[in-house]
Amino acid sequence: MSIRVENLVHIYDKGMPTEQLALDNISFTADDGQMIGIIGHTGSGKSTLLQHLNGLLKPESGRIIIGDTDITQPGVSMVQIRKKIGLVFQYPEYQLFEETAAKDVAFGPKNLGLSEEEINERVREAIELVGLDYEEIKDRSPFELSGGQKRRVAIAGVVAMRPEVLILDEPTAGLDPKAHRDVLTMVEEVHRRTGNITILVSHNMADIARLCDKVVVIDSGKLVTAGTPYEVFSKKEELRNVGLELPPVTQFTETLREKGIDIEDTILDTDKAAQQIAAYLQRKAK
Amino acid sequence: MIRDITIGQYFPGNSVIHRLDPRVKIIATLLFIIELFIVDNFLGFAVAGVCLGIVIAVSGVPLGYIVRGLKPIIIILLFTFTLNMFMIDGHILWQWGFLKITTEGLRTAVFMAIRLILLIIGSSMLTLCTRPLSLTDGIERLLSPFKIIGVPAHEIAMMMTIALRFIPTLLEETDKIMKAQQARGADFETGSLIHRAKSLIPILVPLFVSAFRIAQDLAMAMEARCYRGGEQRTRMHEMKLKGRDYVAFLLLALFLAVIIIESILF
Ligand SMILES: Nc1ncnc2c1ncn2[C@@H]1O[C@H](COP(=O)(O)OP(=O)(O)OP(=O)(O)O)[C@@H](O)[C@H]1O
Ligand SMILES: [Mg+2]
Repeated sequence: MSIRVENLVHIYDKGMPTEQLALDNISFTADDGQMIGIIGHTGSGKSTLLQHLNGLLKPESGRIIIGDTDITQPGVSMVQIRKKIGLVFQYPEYQLFEETAAKDVAFGPKNLGLSEEEINERVREAIELVGLDYEEIKDRSPFELSGGQKRRVAIAGVVAMRPEVLILDEPTAGLDPKAHRDVLTMVEEVHRRTGNITILVSHNMADIARLCDKVVVIDSGKLVTAGTPYEVFSKKEELRNVGLELPPVTQFTETLREKGIDIEDTILDTDKAAQQIAAYLQRKAK
Repeated sequence: MIRDITIGQYFPGNSVIHRLDPRVKIIATLLFIIELFIVDNFLGFAVAGVCLGIVIAVSGVPLGYIVRGLKPIIIILLFTFTLNMFMIDGHILWQWGFLKITTEGLRTAVFMAIRLILLIIGSSMLTLCTRPLSLTDGIERLLSPFKIIGVPAHEIAMMMTIALRFIPTLLEETDKIMKAQQARGADFETGSLIHRAKSLIPILVPLFVSAFRIAQDLAMAMEARCYRGGEQRTRMHEMKLKGRDYVAFLLLALFLAVIIIESILF
């Protein structure tokens, strides 16, 4: 399964004074098993892009080819698409509505028309996959959980549909450092276990650099660049121009390089930075 | 979709209509509505229609946008139309079993339909061309003489301001929640009536939760800024009638005169 987005254009409120070009000719691809990161300044069109990928928004022009179906064609079954593509919205905890957490997670699978047993099994699996204790949480009201727990229950609600592509729109927004780490570990775990495409929007450059195979940068609806984290983060000028920053460790190593310390460029992880600096110090001591 | 609802929305612009004093516009709208109920022949509607047309043209609000606002009431319109058409006795034009259409019925049906359409377009012009804030300011000022008999003018205006302010927010919230549940495979469009009513629960519960959260945040923010009702509050923009407002009053008087003469003569 792969995703190809070709020349996607989206206009909000067409024909009104508030008309706005939200996506302007976006193209990129995602191949099987990849973790794709989408980054961009606030209001750059990331959420708009994601909502096209499962047919919630219709483009003005352009194509989205998932596997071998073009989902922008009329007559494509939306239910089938949503079965394949799971989308977790920004602040997904606001969509919780059931009496108990387990029932809420079961909402998606139920809509797929699965059997009672299958639903129960998936709900248990999804809740455990997001790092919660099924027995402890299943009968509690989703409204009395903590923020981080709510977020996880909401994500479990999409994971339980076993989508072939999992899309998460800023899954860590507004979480404390521990919950942030937990949610990301969980996303990694789900990605590793299913081996499917995962698409992640985040404002945290360190997470993007660490987790993703490919990074897509957009600004005011236009594609700025796409490529491996190394390729993207080595275009420092371009990133700064669109209001993005390097991951902290890269900022640090780049500052060292400016000061004339001879280490590799665009180092994206802390271990490698430590090794390089240690090696430099040893060379210097000789 | 849900964002197509334009009733009560403001359409940004800078026309003379937009710049008129809100009090003038409120009074004009009230007179227009009263006029629609006084009129009892098509000529009167024609006069009202032409005047409304001029106002729309001057305001610069696209006609398509206004007509789109009529969409939600099409059902009501059709309902009253058919009801009037079949229910009124008189000279029979067409009959099939117990169903019959009479000249009088047809006339009343068309009459009521025109009245409703003019009524809705006329009153939506007020909100389309007036910022919610100045609208409620205008209402407050118009109500303030009644303070003596205990009408809480400021409180009423404040509640209206808040309600108007949060209509778009709640629509946006609804849109978001609907999309999120659709992403989980929810289907709002097909199925039996009971099924569809049930499918509203996943939207309504989160919507109420959001509404309460928003209300609580707002109350807290108002208290944090020491809001305490209307007494001795001064305002940043004092409302003053300008030349164009007096011209508008003159035109309004002319309109009234024409309508009164018309209904006496015909
Ligand atoms: N439903 C809508 N109607 C009209 N305009 C919209 C709508 N949703 C988003 N926009 C506009 O489209 C642009 C892109 O918005 P989008 O939500 O895709 O940005 P984003 O990259 O997800 O931002 P953030 O990082 O803040 O989530 C913004 O300028 C926004 O104002
Ligand atoms: Mg967003």
